[in-house]
Amino acid sequence: MSIADGSPADPAESLDDTPRGVVIEAVTIGLTTGAYGVSFGALSVTSGLSLWQTVALSALMFTGASQFALISVVSTGGSAAAAVVGSTLLGVRNLFYGLRIRQILQPSPALSVPAAHLTIDESTAMALAHHGRPVPRAALAFWSTGASIYVLWNLGTAVGALGASSIGDPARWGLDAAVPAAFLALLWPQITSRRLLGVAVVSAFVGIALTPVLSPGLPVLCAALVPLLFLRGAS
Amino acid sequence: MWVAVLVSSALCYALKALGFVIPERYLDRPVVKHLVAMFPVALLSALLAVVTVGHGMTVVVDARLAALAAAAVALLLRAPFLVVVLVGAATAALIRAL
Repeated sequence: MSIADGSPADPAESLDDTPRGVVIEAVTIGLTTGAYGVSFGALSVTSGLSLWQTVALSALMFTGASQFALISVVSTGGSAAAAVVGSTLLGVRNLFYGLRIRQILQPSPALSVPAAHLTIDESTAMALAHHGRPVPRAALAFWSTGASIYVLWNLGTAVGALGASSIGDPARWGLDAAVPAAFLALLWPQITSRRLLGVAVVSAFVGIALTPVLSPGLPVLCAALVPLLFLRGAS
Repeated sequence: MWVAVLVSSALCYALKALGFVIPERYLDRPVVKHLVAMFPVALLSALLAVVTVGHGMTVVVDARLAALAAAAVALLLRAPFLVVVLVGAATAALIRAL
């Protein structure tokens, strides 16, 4: 894959470097995520959380994997402590994202407060995908994606929690496949060296291999160990 | 459950914020810088794999994998991001409708 050097088949060309283009991408991601917000809202009230607890969770926790982990503990009758441990554990990956986002955006202390809250899978992926572009727009990509998801995820949550789940299962519309498509588009331009290709391939393998063994979310977190294997020769 | 909701939200925010407040001197070493640059690629690659073939604690090959392949073709053809995402969704929806 000669994807690092702007060769004719450079998939990074799928990304638009204009501010308008970046915002359109951000809104696309927000809409997909918002549809999952509807699912989350509906599942959350079914699991036993109240409408307000559900709405508060999306506004305050704002990290999907942890939110789904929390309601799955609640729905199986688990203790509050188990719910806290499960959701917090899945939140650890945002710590790794935060380190990198800070490295490339270098936000002021005041901006770090909202930036931290918006640091999730999608906003990180967008920021990094645009970071290496000929016209880098990491900051716009991060903030527009974070804001778009924040609004639409919370809106979706409220809609789902209020019972308006008539859009049904997102999978029916192929939205479950839109998610990997979007992540592929954002990840591909980040693979700018053999080393990073190795990290990506091994991490994907780790994620799949551990899926039958660990509870959902943990296989992804374990991939944080993979970069340690690729340190050798890094200068 | 309010306690669980609020405590875990606070802890999740604390984790996010930790990445922004760890003193610079710990992150300045070249090895750490390299690791920090590799972490998101590792996590997002694993996430991509799991959202493509994961279903709870099982690995399932279904329309999502075909959709990912279709999205890859769209990427190689330099389709705009929105089109790549729509190609993924449409491929899966089509396969399921057949």
